[in-house]
Amino acid sequence: MGNSTDLGHVHGPSSSNEVTHHWLTQRGTAIANLALMTWLITSLVTGDFSNLDSVKRWLSQPVAAVPMLLLVISMFTHLRLGLTVLIEDYVHDEATKLGSLLMLTFFVWGGLITALFAITSIALGGAGNASQ
Amino acid sequence: MAADNNRPLSPHLQVYRWGPHMMVSIMHRAAGDGMAIVGTLMLLWWLGSAATGAEAYATFVNLVWQQSAAEGLSNWNWLGRMVLVGLTWAFFQHSSSGLRHLLLDTGAGYELNTNRTWSLVVAIIPAVLTAALWIYILYRGL
Repeated sequence: MGNSTDLGHVHGPSSSNEVTHHWLTQRGTAIANLALMTWLITSLVTGDFSNLDSVKRWLSQPVAAVPMLLLVISMFTHLRLGLTVLIEDYVHDEATKLGSLLMLTFFVWGGLITALFAITSIALGGAGNASQ
Repeated sequence: MAADNNRPLSPHLQVYRWGPHMMVSIMHRAAGDGMAIVGTLMLLWWLGSAATGAEAYATFVNLVWQQSAAEGLSNWNWLGRMVLVGLTWAFFQHSSSGLRHLLLDTGAGYELNTNRTWSLVVAIIPAVLTAALWIYILYRGL
């Protein structure tokens, strides 16, 4: 702290709160992912997912749809932190780094909303149900 | 700048002695980022095809799991299953070394021998779990 500017002094060690938040979020979602992915893999290898009807029957139960929604949220949160670190570690050119991080943001939000919508749609027997 | 080429270098790749903790560290990253990209795309494909309709879902099953409804190895989609074997290994690998990291977070396990032992354990267990899972899948005839 001795050599920092006045403004830097006021701000303190700049992003310590962010770092703590990153660290805690990564661990929290890690534990959630482990529990929820173990549940999903167990469901996948013990159930029948060979056709859409059986998938719908499975996902229309709250005990399947709710963990799926939780899994997707926790998963995307965790992978965003991980891929951010990957980009920060290996992409050194500022412009490319910013571009990569922006692409990651689009990927995360696009993927997350797609997954949440798909799960909800299947669970509620929506699109593709009547026509097929 | 670099006037004296004989200045001592900070520790560098050449002066490190290889250890299992290094392998586990890079595997943790490779497995995690592999799942983050390939695994996410596979999950989105699965959910997206199911939300689209029966035909799209059948195409997904065809391209990832098996080519027809008939049972047996000849109907397997080997490429898709190889990707899934890789993803399940990545899950077990990332989870095992992730649990190791949670333990290291408490300040435990940094003694050289302990660290070495658990690094090796964390490298071997995922292979065992992956094999067990796929033997079970084979046994169930999925």
